Amino acid sequence: MSTLPELVCPAGSLPALKTAIDHGADAVYMGLKNETNARNFAGLNFDEKSAAAGIRYAHDKGRKVLMAINTFAQGVDISRWQRAVDQAADLGVDAVILADIGLMDYACRRHPRLRLHMSVQGSATNYEAVNLARERFGVVRAVLPRVLTVDQVRHVIEHTDVEIEVFGFGSLCVMVEGRCLLSSYATGESPNTHGVCSPAKFVRWEQEGAATASRLNGILIDRYGAGEAAGYPTLCKGRFDVEGDTYYALEEPTSLNVLEVLPSLLEIGVAAIKVEGRQRSPAYVAQVTQTLRAALDEAARNPQRFSVKPAWQAALAKVAEGQQQTLGAYSRPWK
Amino acid sequence: MSALNLKLTLGPALFFWPRETVYAFYEEAATWPLDTIYLGEAVCSRRQQLRTADWIDLAHRLADAGHDVVLSCQALTESESDLKRLRRVVGNGRVRVETNDLGAVHLASSAGVPFVAGCHSNIYNVDTLALMASMGAVSWVPPIEMDRDTLAAILAECRARALPLETELFAWGRLPLALSARCFTARHYNLKKDDCQFKCLEHADGARLSTREGKGFLTVNGIQTMSDGCHALLPHLTDIAAIGVSAVRVSPQATGTAEVVAAFRRAIAGDVVEMDSLPRPDGACLVDGYWRGEAGINPIGEHHHACA
Repeated sequence: MSTLPELVCPAGSLPALKTAIDHGADAVYMGLKNETNARNFAGLNFDEKSAAAGIRYAHDKGRKVLMAINTFAQGVDISRWQRAVDQAADLGVDAVILADIGLMDYACRRHPRLRLHMSVQGSATNYEAVNLARERFGVVRAVLPRVLTVDQVRHVIEHTDVEIEVFGFGSLCVMVEGRCLLSSYATGESPNTHGVCSPAKFVRWEQEGAATASRLNGILIDRYGAGEAAGYPTLCKGRFDVEGDTYYALEEPTSLNVLEVLPSLLEIGVAAIKVEGRQRSPAYVAQVTQTLRAALDEAARNPQRFSVKPAWQAALAKVAEGQQQTLGAYSRPWK
Repeated sequence: MSALNLKLTLGPALFFWPRETVYAFYEEAATWPLDTIYLGEAVCSRRQQLRTADWIDLAHRLADAGHDVVLSCQALTESESDLKRLRRVVGNGRVRVETNDLGAVHLASSAGVPFVAGCHSNIYNVDTLALMASMGAVSWVPPIEMDRDTLAAILAECRARALPLETELFAWGRLPLALSARCFTARHYNLKKDDCQFKCLEHADGARLSTREGKGFLTVNGIQTMSDGCHALLPHLTDIAAIGVSAVRVSPQATGTAEVVAAFRRAIAGDVVEMDSLPRPDGACLVDGYWRGEAGINPIGEHHHACA
């Protein structure tokens, strides 16, 4: 078995960053307060000062900070994205996470010593795509979209020198990241263009008699009866009608949880396991980080006899979206 | 109105049609006033009514008959068998290809095969476009969510940098919005993807997904999610030509594609074309919000009838 994968945890704020480090993250990923990162939500992210403080905190404890600059630079003036790369290099981050190949090209020319990771938004779902990024831009790690089975992840790893990072826990994108325009179709703003999905400013809750309707830019995403728990109207996770059936036509509100396949992921040699959720609270970060830390350490100690502890599942269930969890694409039946 | 300097292309058919339907469609399409015909399975590896060899053979026959032909690559490439098919398409030896992911770009650029960077290529700026050109792209299809002003600025910059790329705009049809590992058509029938029973064959324009108040929203097309609305840039062709777009693409629909192609051809020739009666996939409403910098779902302007 290869070395233990890095546990990469979300830092939507300086408190979340410190929480992740304190609870056992090997690395945290963060972004700037603008549209250069795919969690461009109000009240989140870092300015130069808090980024510097976060990097200092992490480095003092021997951990890494990765900066996500993972939207697509828009139009003619892309200086904001290039400046973000420059800033990341100046701040001394351990790597930048990029999606736009034009920006990868810029980063590898301008900052040849800066480690480049390919973001999940870069949509590299096969080793030919990953190897293009290595050959052209010197990318050393790629984060795979949440579409591959464990066997398919293994196949990628066997055919590339690039380190492979996979998602381990968090909200589940049912679509290939970087290739989903549903949000801009409904609102005009998407992850690729604005770093957002189903943005809050377009959300309206309406009381319709005993029912509550959730709308995104006026489009009815779901309707909840009096006893039903209402979820945020992420547009792929509402109930819709197809040929007279009303159901979660695309995906239920659910979280990805890979605990059950953790030994397989270790065995095939993934370099890092990522936790989604820069938009979530420090409490979420604490819960998920310490649980995955415990699970990873246990799997490393005892790979043959690894079994998922009920306490871990209980801890993760508390913070899962819609209180539901799935193995997602890692398991074929989900597809 | 004078004639516009625009080519007219037929995109790859994104829906799953029976073998005979596909052959009949391209036999007819060969008689339409088109400059370029794209074909191939761009959506799902399980769709094998035509096998890769059949698509390549069909492409070569159309090319032999004097048509300009492009083979479109599958957009979501995961398995080794996907890559194997991709290598055969890229290595077809005769016609250029439309790449729809970086894996295909890698194969085409390594083999020195000229390619069209398809709408899934995520080219949102000139640097990335120039990079694609350096890898062998001869033309590109901007992301369907890109608005008019952004595209105009990019094309002006392309001229300033003398980038020799043609630009082709997705101008008619249900919009390919998202791809997934999951098959939503199989899910609709409570089937596993591996045993989907090819239910997509029953939905020649995909299956409409409506909100709980009965408004058409999206279209389920196997692993692809499309708009319900039919993207319609026909009224904007003069402006589209003026900002430097070289070609407009009609995406095939189950019925009436010939009429749509004819209408675009007349509009390019300078005729005023009435759009309201044009056939749309499954009678969908016409939308053009993306082009106007708005939500893609927004209907075409008030002086047209968006919905039939």
